[in-house]
Amino acid sequence: MISALWVMIGISLLLGAVLGYSAIKFKVEGNPLVEKIDAVLPQTQCGQCGFPGCMPYAEAIAKGEADINKCPPGGEEGIRKLAELLGVEYKPFGEGAGPREKSVAFIDEQTCIGCTLCLQACPVDAIVGAAKQMHTIIASECTGCELCVPPCPVDCIAMLPIGEDISNWKWRYPTIPLVQVTAQ
Amino acid sequence: MRKLFKFHGGVHPPTHKAESTGTPIVQAALPSKLVIPLHQHVGNRAVPTIQVGERVLKGQIIGRPEGRLSSAVHASTSGTVNAIDMQLVAHHSGLPDLCVTIVPDGKDEWIEHSGVDYKQTPHTELRHILRNAGVVGLGGAVFPSDMKSYSNKHKIKTLVLNGAECEPYITCDDLLMRERASDILRGAEILRELLYAEEVLVGIEDNKPEAIAAMQQAVLDDGHAHMEVIAVPTLYPGGGAKQLIRVLTGIEVAAGVRSTEKGVQCFNVATAYCVWRAIKYGEPLLSRIVTVTGNVERAQNYEVLLGTPVGELVAQSGSKPDTNRHIMGGPMMGVDLPSGAVGITKATNCIIEGSDKLFPPPPPALPCIRCARCAEVCPAELQPQELYWFAKAKDFGKTQEYDLFDCIECGACAYVCPSQIPLVQYYRFAKSEIWQREQEAQSAEVARERHEFRQLRIEREKQEKAERLAQKEKAALAAKPAAPAPAPAPTPINPDADPDDTLQMRIDAAVFRAKEQVATVLPKNISNLTPEQQAKIAEIEARRAQFHERASDAGADDESSKPS
Repeated sequence: MISALWVMIGISLLLGAVLGYSAIKFKVEGNPLVEKIDAVLPQTQCGQCGFPGCMPYAEAIAKGEADINKCPPGGEEGIRKLAELLGVEYKPFGEGAGPREKSVAFIDEQTCIGCTLCLQACPVDAIVGAAKQMHTIIASECTGCELCVPPCPVDCIAMLPIGEDISNWKWRYPTIPLVQVTAQ
Repeated sequence: MRKLFKFHGGVHPPTHKAESTGTPIVQAALPSKLVIPLHQHVGNRAVPTIQVGERVLKGQIIGRPEGRLSSAVHASTSGTVNAIDMQLVAHHSGLPDLCVTIVPDGKDEWIEHSGVDYKQTPHTELRHILRNAGVVGLGGAVFPSDMKSYSNKHKIKTLVLNGAECEPYITCDDLLMRERASDILRGAEILRELLYAEEVLVGIEDNKPEAIAAMQQAVLDDGHAHMEVIAVPTLYPGGGAKQLIRVLTGIEVAAGVRSTEKGVQCFNVATAYCVWRAIKYGEPLLSRIVTVTGNVERAQNYEVLLGTPVGELVAQSGSKPDTNRHIMGGPMMGVDLPSGAVGITKATNCIIEGSDKLFPPPPPALPCIRCARCAEVCPAELQPQELYWFAKAKDFGKTQEYDLFDCIECGACAYVCPSQIPLVQYYRFAKSEIWQREQEAQSAEVARERHEFRQLRIEREKQEKAERLAQKEKAALAAKPAAPAPAPAPTPINPDADPDDTLQMRIDAAVFRAKEQVATVLPKNISNLTPEQQAKIAEIEARRAQFHERASDAGADDESSKPS
């Protein structure tokens, strides 16, 4: 009887030690769920979700403080991916909050006064320029977040939609054309 | 007799080659204009080097190669550059791309050019010549040849010369081999030297006996020691690089592996011919053999200047009036051209004039009955019915699990499909969706990195600023004992505090400093003034003083008018 008790105590101490050790040794830094959510988000850092960037939004989703349908640049596919990741129901975009056409910012260099306000607003440092020097957008780095548009005091920034050309053209989903048949 | 191997699947569509092999290659007439696309090859688009209105000579570079993977583009004849703008090109999208339009002057005046002796020339130099001569794979893939003619650690043992020409209707390589066999083999010899290959295997489908005979004769005549011309069974798509390598050498090139890692490199016969012209004579790639066939009066092969509008070319063969489409390439893998104004490119091996009689529009697709005939004929040993299933459901992860990217889009599956499903369209759709997603993921990653770096930078700047401030304060404190004591201070609020450093004293000192600064420093915008400006300022000051006076007078009046 007593020996069985000792054996059980011994086992529990041993297991406790193993668990305690691994809790320290294999500690996961940060919240892995946040990183997974952040990986799904499109990283435009546009703040259309109401959070200052993709990471804060991911954190809010992980805490259950934000809905999954607040990211227009991610599109419906983004919502689907988030729903799948979090095991929740798909939720469509709210009224008028759908994704817009992909575009890049363009600075009208004739109008630009070199105030650097857009430089400070750009979340990905995609604008080059200096005080009283003309600014310009690095189109390849621009995420189309539109954050540079409101601060501009002379309204010289326009969002130009990225049109379709040979380099970004995609094959269409094959469809069977419908033909109207007139009644005899 | 060499032992030949078999690749999986394959189909036997009617070849329709006899129509265009009856007559020798004809030089096509000089067109009224040349529309030369600057992106005729795999890799970066060439950068235009000429101006509108400039006169160019035959063989002059009009687009220089940009970046590592690119190729030069040349003026096919002498003339004047009419435009450098977006024109329709031979592409599935039917979208325009940057083209140079040249109006020929009819003189066909060459730029100065000369060849080299390839045996005396270093290999890097030869590759450089190929790049600047715009030599790319003429079998249809248009991959820059200079990038392919390099053997890492001399691993390549076999050079396969592709003369299979498996697709129906096309006979340009057949005629080229019949008429210019020895030049093809000389080009192959240069490629063999560049690759340090031990042998050259020329694979030709056995439905081209004349070409096989001509090539074999050329091997004997020129005494090429390492070359062998081999007739391979006619089976579509036996001209695919992986398939031909399999048939000739038995080597199966696995998914995601390049044939060069297995010691085999593959070039098209027409490419070898162009290599010879470029090295021996310094002639860049300006023209190619194009089969014009289908719904025409006289189907035959033409030597066509690159940039010749398709409409002008087919007119020479007598395009029949019921023609309703131009197909570039073969009926299995060809591209429907958006218009007859499209220029012939390096990839154009054949123009088929199509009509509803020749190619009846496909009946509507029926549901897949899972008969798996597509899987039987797939030369890449894929499961086309599964790929179709997943591509249709837009389950792109699954399509990749089923090796979608090993599909060579040969169309054999769609050819045998009893339900007439446009299978290849589904695969192309899935591929381009996957590519786009990968690109988006990449740019998202870049954006994330840039955003994180920016935040780090802002944080760092804040910290540096704080440190600078702290240091300044420290320095000021250290300098204090040396400075003369300020005026007697008001009674300290806290008797325990340092009598020389109370809050009030610091504020007083700051106010004093600020006042001093204001007194000594003039605003910058009134220094260095011209006399007129000074006069103007004086005038304004006078006016202002007047206003003040008047205002105070009015105030006094107000005061006086008020009932007291």
